[in-house]
Amino acid sequence: MSERPHVEARGLSVTVRGPGGAPLRIVDDVSFAVPKGEVLALIGESGSGKTTIALALMGYGRGGAVIGGDIRVGDARLDRQGDASLAAQRGHRITYVAQSAAAAFNPSRRVIDQVIEPALIHRTATPPAARARAIDLFRALALPQPETIGSRYPHELSGGQLQRLMAAMALITKPDLVIFDEPTTALDVTTQVEVLQAFRKVVREEGATGVYVSHDLAVVAQMADHILVLNRGQVREQNAVHAILEAPADDYTRTLMAAAHPVVATHVAPARAADPLLAIDGVFAGYGPVDKAGRPANPVLSNASLTIGRGAAVGVIGESGSGKSTVARVVAGLLAPTAGTVSLDGTPLAPTVAGRTREQLRRVQIVFQNADVALNPAHSVGEILGRVLRFYHGLRGPDAARRVAKLLDLIRLPAGVADRHCAELSGGQKQRVNLARALAADPDIILCDEVTSALDTVVRGAILDLLAELRRDLGVAYLFISHDIATVKALCDDIVVLYKGTRVESGDCASYAAAPFHPYTDLLISSVPEMRTDWLADESARAVTPFAHLGEQPDLCRFLPRCPAAIPGLCDSMVPPLRPMAAGNSILCHRTEGQLTH
Amino acid sequence: MKRRGLLRRAGALPLSGKIGLALVCFWIVAAIAGPWLAPYSPGAFVSEEVFAGASGLFWFGSDFLGRDVLSRLLVGARFTVGLSAVAVAIAASIGTGLALTAAVGPRWLDELLARGMDTLISIPAKIFALVLVAAFGSSLLLLTLIVAVTYVPGNFRIARSLAVGLARLDYVEVARARGEGRLHIALVEMLPNMIRPLFADIGLRFVFIVLLLSGLSFLGLGLQPPDADLGSLVRENVSGLAEGALAILAPAVAIASLTVGVNLLIDAATQGGVK
Repeated sequence: MSERPHVEARGLSVTVRGPGGAPLRIVDDVSFAVPKGEVLALIGESGSGKTTIALALMGYGRGGAVIGGDIRVGDARLDRQGDASLAAQRGHRITYVAQSAAAAFNPSRRVIDQVIEPALIHRTATPPAARARAIDLFRALALPQPETIGSRYPHELSGGQLQRLMAAMALITKPDLVIFDEPTTALDVTTQVEVLQAFRKVVREEGATGVYVSHDLAVVAQMADHILVLNRGQVREQNAVHAILEAPADDYTRTLMAAAHPVVATHVAPARAADPLLAIDGVFAGYGPVDKAGRPANPVLSNASLTIGRGAAVGVIGESGSGKSTVARVVAGLLAPTAGTVSLDGTPLAPTVAGRTREQLRRVQIVFQNADVALNPAHSVGEILGRVLRFYHGLRGPDAARRVAKLLDLIRLPAGVADRHCAELSGGQKQRVNLARALAADPDIILCDEVTSALDTVVRGAILDLLAELRRDLGVAYLFISHDIATVKALCDDIVVLYKGTRVESGDCASYAAAPFHPYTDLLISSVPEMRTDWLADESARAVTPFAHLGEQPDLCRFLPRCPAAIPGLCDSMVPPLRPMAAGNSILCHRTEGQLTH
Repeated sequence: MKRRGLLRRAGALPLSGKIGLALVCFWIVAAIAGPWLAPYSPGAFVSEEVFAGASGLFWFGSDFLGRDVLSRLLVGARFTVGLSAVAVAIAASIGTGLALTAAVGPRWLDELLARGMDTLISIPAKIFALVLVAAFGSSLLLLTLIVAVTYVPGNFRIARSLAVGLARLDYVEVARARGEGRLHIALVEMLPNMIRPLFADIGLRFVFIVLLLSGLSFLGLGLQPPDADLGSLVRENVSGLAEGALAILAPAVAIASLTVGVNLLIDAATQGGVK
């Protein structure tokens, strides 16, 4: 390591104007150095200042934040430059890969024109040379059809492809520093692996120096050489990746590592009642015209069935587009199924809210993912909860107030919260209120739609604990929908795996601990990054899919185009059977138990 | 506590907003207390001279019949501000009410209302008002109703687009899943979250109405003598235009200051992050 590291920040601080106009330091005395060709990871929860630091490296303070301290990137000092010279640095010497590439591309221009734009603006290359370099980068990033992919428009590409294209845009000027700001957070796990692999390869090949911002230690372990752990704008720990993963020195780092594998302390004995509380039977739902058999032209759910016993917790997992949220919407009566039934205690429920009795509605409550939009900003917490109490239980005045206080106590919030509006609460507190609103109805079952997905790992653990306690104390059942298999395993007794609206595997939680799995379940489980640096290298030895060229066909296995274990002549001609396995799970596949265990 | 909040918000307005607020407050006071503040009876011939300049006795001079301009202005302000306020209140209630109905109602009702409003909006406001006044004659009540109806479609469009956006939000979905009626969803879940942008719209529409009423009065189709609003004051003194009489300048400036004031206040209140 030379005396002068490639990128250096000394005594970096970022100050914003606080609510009372007083200066508030959101980043305090952060120093780090990145040698040339290495990647430094900034890790922490939301609000830890990691993105703020990343932006400060570009000389940019959000909302008029004031940046103090020394920042040097290559030969350029960023802390004492005017806007004009900063503009010359940005997009040229320092580039940025944002979290949502889908929102970062201009939808009305071809991607190649946007990818080479930085090179043209900063005049680092002629248009033909920039195009040639872009195509090289596309190849290095493992994008399909690197020669022609650039002539497509953003809407013709998937989220993972756009994220890789954005990396190409960032690398086109051969920058001194690339900032990756949570580039894989918004992606499905299976896509995340592909994108991470591409990033890792291209960063190595290009010898790029990078700063990688993330909240996920396991992801960072694949990408970075050094890790900087941040909490509330201060450095908690700074060390090489191996050192941090093997022997974290700081308590906070240990908390972060523990939170990555949620373990619910409260254990609830799975209830096995004879007759199920809620049964979903052969449900089809979707959009477009409906044929005679009740199948819509664009099905989101095909023949979905599951049962939930009283006080049980059933997890539904799948990628985005798997129809898992649609299950909750059908059960709640927000979307009418085109075929099939939903029954509560053996009584079939009307397809929509309008046909159900108030008592039936009370017993099934839904909680949405994003508490920011699930709670009405015009009402106080007390009003939100009070409305439910009045609506279902006819409680008013002091009775309702007492019950609100009780509910707040149940979700571990002080009673004073009742008078506050949701904008004044933190993300985790909002999600608790969101949950309390469902509890206010005294439901038999709560449909949890990705309730922990928008939360930090530490807060997520707390919410999962709360859910398990409520289940133990109140005997409420959950239909728990998530894309994260670790979360589902921590909370649920039974797990159902959905792929494109079809149930490909179902079984109790223990059966997901070891093979046999459905090939898709296998893909889901193996795609979750592990906290060791060589995980991604193992992962790259993945079987090629024999039917990748095939489009999806509704009459065959939906997973066929992506399945590495497909059998030619069988899988592409017949619908797979539902096979019961020895561990008690059932799998929708042509492969036998022995073949799936391999 | 609410009042203190209001005061603090007023204090947080940028300068242009404060100027706007001052102008608006001035005109509200003038509209309420005008007749008591007026030094003379608005109909009395008090000056020997027509189109007199400013003097200690007549601050804004005298008009084409020798009446006191200040007194007529103060009384006229009541008609302009009052009529416009009532008209905008009616227009906004009908427009927003229909918009909420469209947002929570069945699809066919939404289509029907939206197309109906599109038809109404395609008729130019001034022509519509002229035709109706020509057909039914001019009276205070009719004028208010015509102006209100003219501005219903604009308010409906804004409110409907707001409401349709809100109707997709999770908290409205939750209320729907709870089994809440449409009235509750519209009034309790949606309306409170539309108030802010709606107020901006109402303010703008108020300005349009002031101008439309003044325009109608200037054409002689608005308020009929002996009543006079700011627009009719301009018209009746139009013969003084050539000599630049204060009697025509004062009401013109009055209309301008009222509309500019409301505009400044809206701009500052909606952009400056003041809730």
